Amino acid sequence: MLLKRTEAWITGIGLVSSLGEGVDAHWQELGPHVAPTINVDDAGYAPYSVHPLATVDFSRQIPRISDQRQMDRWQRIGVHAAGLALADAGIAGKPELLDRIDLSIAAGNGERDLVLDEHVLEAMEGHRDLDGTLNHQLATGLRPTLYLGQLSNLLAGNISIVHKAAGSSRTFKGEEMAGVAALEDAVRRLGAGQSELMLVGGALNAERKDLLLNLELGASLLHGGYRSVWARREVGGGMVPGSIGVFLVLEAPGHAADRGAKPYARIAAVASDRSARGPGEAAVTMRSLLEGLAPVVDDDRPLAVLSGASGVEPATSEERQFLQELKDALGPTRTYGSRLGHGIEAHFITGVALAALALSKRSFYPPSDHTESAADTGFACRQILVTSLGHDCGEALGLVEAVEERPRG
Amino acid sequence: MGSEIHDKFGRPLVAITGCGLVTSLGLGKEANWSGLTQGRSGIRGIARFSTDGLRTAIAGTVDFLRPSPFSAPALAIAMAIAAGEEAVIEADIARVGSFPGPLYLATPPAELEWPQRKSLWDEIGESEAAGYQRLLAAARGRKHEDMASLFQFGSVADHLADRFGTRGLPMSVSTACASGATAIQLGVEAIRRRQANAVLCIGTDSSVQIEALIRFILLSALSTRNETPEKASRPFSKDRDGFVMAEGAGALVLEEYASAKARGARVLGFVRGCGEKADDYHRTRSKPDGTAIIGAIRKALLDAGVEPEEIGYVNAHGTSTPENDKMEYLSLKAVLGDHLARTPVSSNKSMIGHTLSAAGAIEAVFSLMTIRTGKLPPTINYDVPDPEIPLDVVPNAARDAAITTVLSNSFGFGGQNVSLVLSSP
Repeated sequence: MLLKRTEAWITGIGLVSSLGEGVDAHWQELGPHVAPTINVDDAGYAPYSVHPLATVDFSRQIPRISDQRQMDRWQRIGVHAAGLALADAGIAGKPELLDRIDLSIAAGNGERDLVLDEHVLEAMEGHRDLDGTLNHQLATGLRPTLYLGQLSNLLAGNISIVHKAAGSSRTFKGEEMAGVAALEDAVRRLGAGQSELMLVGGALNAERKDLLLNLELGASLLHGGYRSVWARREVGGGMVPGSIGVFLVLEAPGHAADRGAKPYARIAAVASDRSARGPGEAAVTMRSLLEGLAPVVDDDRPLAVLSGASGVEPATSEERQFLQELKDALGPTRTYGSRLGHGIEAHFITGVALAALALSKRSFYPPSDHTESAADTGFACRQILVTSLGHDCGEALGLVEAVEERPRG
Repeated sequence: MGSEIHDKFGRPLVAITGCGLVTSLGLGKEANWSGLTQGRSGIRGIARFSTDGLRTAIAGTVDFLRPSPFSAPALAIAMAIAAGEEAVIEADIARVGSFPGPLYLATPPAELEWPQRKSLWDEIGESEAAGYQRLLAAARGRKHEDMASLFQFGSVADHLADRFGTRGLPMSVSTACASGATAIQLGVEAIRRRQANAVLCIGTDSSVQIEALIRFILLSALSTRNETPEKASRPFSKDRDGFVMAEGAGALVLEEYASAKARGARVLGFVRGCGEKADDYHRTRSKPDGTAIIGAIRKALLDAGVEPEEIGYVNAHGTSTPENDKMEYLSLKAVLGDHLARTPVSSNKSMIGHTLSAAGAIEAVFSLMTIRTGKLPPTINYDVPDPEIPLDVVPNAARDAAITTVLSNSFGFGGQNVSLVLSSP
C-alpha cells in the first residue's frame, strides 16, 4: 500500500512527569536555553532508579475526592494528564465535543496492594493449609473498589467519568507497543474519516515495587544508580522507569479549523512491525520502516530524531546500530528517556508530544549529556522522527511535522 | 451507493470466511453448537484450585486443554490457537502459519499469579529481606524470563502472531467484557479503510484464577448457586443472582468481500456494522437512563444501515446479573420499540457462562451459527420469568427460525458498550 500523508493535527497536549506539569514547564526544563536537570531517585528503590513524579495537585483535574479514591496512582496520573490535554485543546467543559471524542489509550497492569501481598505471603509461611490461608486472606483483605484500579481499561473509564469524554473508548495493551497501537489506530481512524476528534494517551506510575518486580523478572532494570540511556551498555543495560502521564488531542484538520483550534504539529505517519528479535533483526526492521516513510520524509535536510530507547539490552544496541547506519541522513538525536525515564506504555506518545512541542517552537532539544552530540544545537526542525524499539518486542516509528498554516505559539 | 461489493455507504463489505470456538462446552464449533442447541450447561464446580470458604465455587472452566506448565496466559494461548486454527482452516486462506493480514486480539489482564509469587517468595529465606524486597531479591537471584512472559501483556499476542504468521504488529485490546467485540470492530475498520484484505480477530479469556474469582465475589457480581452449577446462570429470570465466570476463545477470519469472492472463498456471513459508546456515569453501573447502551446499539444499526425492524434476533449480553439484564432490556426496548415484542432475545451465557474478554468474539460466532443453521439457541434455566423484562428469551429449548440479521451486544465495566450487527451472505 502506498503511504499517504495522514492529517492528524495535534491540537492539545497534556503532560506530567518527573520534570513538572504541562507543556510550558516541560519546555522550560527541556528546551534549548537551560542546563539539563534530571529528577531521579537512586535511593528509594535501590539498586534500581526511578524518575518520581513531580508534585502534582490531582484535585485540580480530579476535583472529587471520591473519584480520586477509586483510582490507583497510575490512573490519577493519566486522568490528570488527559484533563490537561482537553483544557489545552479548548475542549474541556464543552459537552458537545466531549460526548463524541474517541478515546484511544495505552495501559498496562494496574497496581497491586503491596501491603496485602506481603501480608498474605507471610501468613502462608508455616501454614500447612496453603490454599485455605490464601483464600481466607484474599477474601478478607482485598478491597473491592481497588479491583477496578487494576483493570487496564479503567484509565479510560475514569477519564470518561471525570472529564465526561465519552465517544468510543479503546484500551490497547502490550508494553511499548500499546502506545504505538493506540496512536497508530487513532491516526488511521482520523485519516479514514472513522473519527474526527480523538484523545490518545497513557500513564505510568514508576514508583511501585510490583512494577519493578515484573521488570526485574525480565532482567530489564538498570542496577547501581542512574546513568543516561547511551551510557548503560557497559554496565549491562537496563531501564529506569519514569512516572509519566501523557495525552494528545488529535483532530482532523477540517474539524480543528471549524472550531478555530490551532495545531502544535501534525502526525504525518506512524509505522510499526514486529521482528523476531534475532541479532540485528530489530535494526533491519526499523530501517525498513523508515524506508516505508520515504514518500513523506523531507529529502532536503537531515531528520531530527527523538529516540525512545529504553536502555534495555540488546534492544538499545539494535537502535544504536539503526541510528548509526543512517547517521548521514539524520540530524541531531535526543533520547528523551535519559531525562524523563522510560514510560513503557506512555513512552512513544510522550516522544510524539515532545516532538510536537519542539516543532511548535521551531526549535529542538539540547543534548542530555556527553553521549549526545552538541554540534547541532539550535537545529530548526520541520520534521522529527520518533523511534520506539520495544524493550522486549515490537518496532515503530512516528513522523511528526510542522504545520505551516495557522501554527500555534 | 451500495453495490454487490460495497455497503450503502460505499465502504467495502466485510465478509466472515472462517470461525472457531472453544468454550466449557467443548472444542470446536460442532461440539459447541450441539451443546448449545441442546440446552446443555458447561458450568461446574471449580476443580483447578481450592474454593474452600468462598461464596462462589463454580465456573465454566476449560479443563480439556491443559498446557504444561499451566498458567492463565498459557491456557489463553492454547484456547486462542485452537479457535484460531479452526477459523483459518475453515477460511482456507493460507497455511495456518502464514496468515495474510494483521491480528486483533482481546486478552484478559496479565499478572503474576499466586503460585508464581509464592514460589518466588520461597526461593530465598526470610533473613535476607522482607516483604517485596524479598521478592525482588529472589528475582535478582537468577533468570526468571519464563515467569516474566506470563504477565507481559504483549506475550500472548506475540505467541499467537508467531503461530499464525500474521502481518505487522499484533494489536491487543482491552475493553473489559466488550473486548471480543472490540477486536472484531478493529478488524472491520481496518478492512473498510483498505488497510488489509483479511484480518484475524480472536478473543480469549482464562480468568478463572483464585484472585480474579475472589475479586468478582467481593463485587457481589457472581452467582452463588454452588449446589446446582448448571442452573446458576439464569439470564432474564426473576431469581437471577449474578454471572458465572467462564473461559473460552472465539476466532473469526474477516475479509474484504471483493477479495474473498475473487479467491473463491466460501462466505459464511457479513459483519454489517459496529457501534460503540462510552458511559461516563459509574465504574461498574450504566447510566440509569441507559443512554450509553442505547447509543451503542443505535450506532451499530446506523453503521450497518439497518432499520430496527430488520433485526431478527438479539444475541444478548445477558449476564444474569440483576443490573445488566434489566438495563439491556430497557435499552433494547428504547431502540427496537414495539418490534422487540416480535424479536427473540437469548443469552448464550445461560449455558457457557460469562467468558469476559472472549465473550464478544464467542457470541459473534454463535450469532453467525444462528443465522446459518436457522436455529435459535435457548436461554436455559428460565423458570421464573421477570415480569419487568417481558422478552421472548427462547426459553429453555432451541427453536427453528429463519434469521438474516442479528444484533450482538457486549457491555463491560468501565463504561464499555459495543454492539455488532451480523447478517447472512
